[in-house]
Amino acid sequence: MSESKKEMLLDPLVDNNPITLQVLGICSALAVTSSLKVAFVMALAVTVVTAFSSFFISAIRNFIPSSIRIIVQMIIIASLVILVDQVLKAYAFDISKTLSVFVGLIITNCIVMGRAEAFAMKNGPVASFLDGIGNGLGYSLILMLVGVIRELFGTGKLFGITILETVNNGGWYVPNGLLLLPPSAFFVIGLLIWAFRTWKPNQVEARDFKIIEQEGGH
Amino acid sequence: MEGLISLFVKAIFIENLALAFFLGMCTFLAVSKKIETALGLGISVTVVQAITVPANNLILTYLLNDGALAWAGFADVDLRFLGLISYIGVIAAIVQILEMTLDRFFPALYNALGIFLPLITVNCAILGGSLFMVERDYNFAEASVYGVSSGIGWALAITLMAGVREKLKYSDIPDGLQGLGITFITAGLMAMGFMAFSGVKL
Repeated sequence: MSESKKEMLLDPLVDNNPITLQVLGICSALAVTSSLKVAFVMALAVTVVTAFSSFFISAIRNFIPSSIRIIVQMIIIASLVILVDQVLKAYAFDISKTLSVFVGLIITNCIVMGRAEAFAMKNGPVASFLDGIGNGLGYSLILMLVGVIRELFGTGKLFGITILETVNNGGWYVPNGLLLLPPSAFFVIGLLIWAFRTWKPNQVEARDFKIIEQEGGH
Repeated sequence: MEGLISLFVKAIFIENLALAFFLGMCTFLAVSKKIETALGLGISVTVVQAITVPANNLILTYLLNDGALAWAGFADVDLRFLGLISYIGVIAAIVQILEMTLDRFFPALYNALGIFLPLITVNCAILGGSLFMVERDYNFAEASVYGVSSGIGWALAITLMAGVREKLKYSDIPDGLQGLGITFITAGLMAMGFMAFSGVKL
């Protein structure tokens, strides 16, 4: 694989992550992460949809009049999401019930739309496909990280298998119930962003106002 | 009637679209820097939500549902799998029509809201509202109430958020948390605040 293609695939993982840097696709990242299994299925679905929608949109990009491009993109994305939804309903009905409206909401997931608009409209099908997979993986990475933290410390399990024996079952671990509730998703992602930006200081945002050092001590 | 009132209160406070279901988060985080713009966007979302949820309810009842096409002579046709594409089409069309109507008849309002309207098509709060309506089997009256109240709930959340962020920009925040990070944590604290409503039984 050539250098640029590898970059295209790996760049969105940390350096240009869709969630922590581009602020795309946050709704579902927060909502489906209380259990790792559900988060995994969601991540897979989003990666597939992003990759294929980028591919198809890029393949017909020269034939789309720019005034109706949004609606054309929407139709391609919506058709792919319907396919994913039907497949999930057929083969993983329980998970599709837990995901409820969030499978449908892949349509309005900004990652899919954002990559179509920002990348696929300007580049060839293969490059767009890789870019779609890369961004899907960047999204998956965050989703899985949040999922691991929330499920492990919220219930003591991973993928439904007990890792930390909880007090109720005679073990030692007292599960932190807050991690299963909606607000914790915000905290976990906020702290993840903090960690990412401490690691890569060039992602830090500029301040609106400078804090002036006080002279002469306290 | 009582059921509708409790649905109204529930959709605003207890099942707040932004803070309990995380819908419309992208815009929620991106457009909440100033109270004025946040309020403008909140109002636009409420208006669009109030129209699209009942409209999608009619589409579902008379076109897509199992046996809904009986009036046209196709009693055993079930088109529900076309749901997603129809709802998003309806939303895009309504937003476009609303934009043109405002431009023609209420230019002042159009100038105030104009920039936000195209954004609303891809706001997941709008599609989410319609999908919740489908999942919970609301009838037309319930769908109308739910549309208005879920929109108000979202507007309330984003306006409050903007109020907090306006004050927040003067504070000394660690570099890595600057901007997006601290916004997430603020939203988390707000979501915890709204969880206090979940004890309200209606």
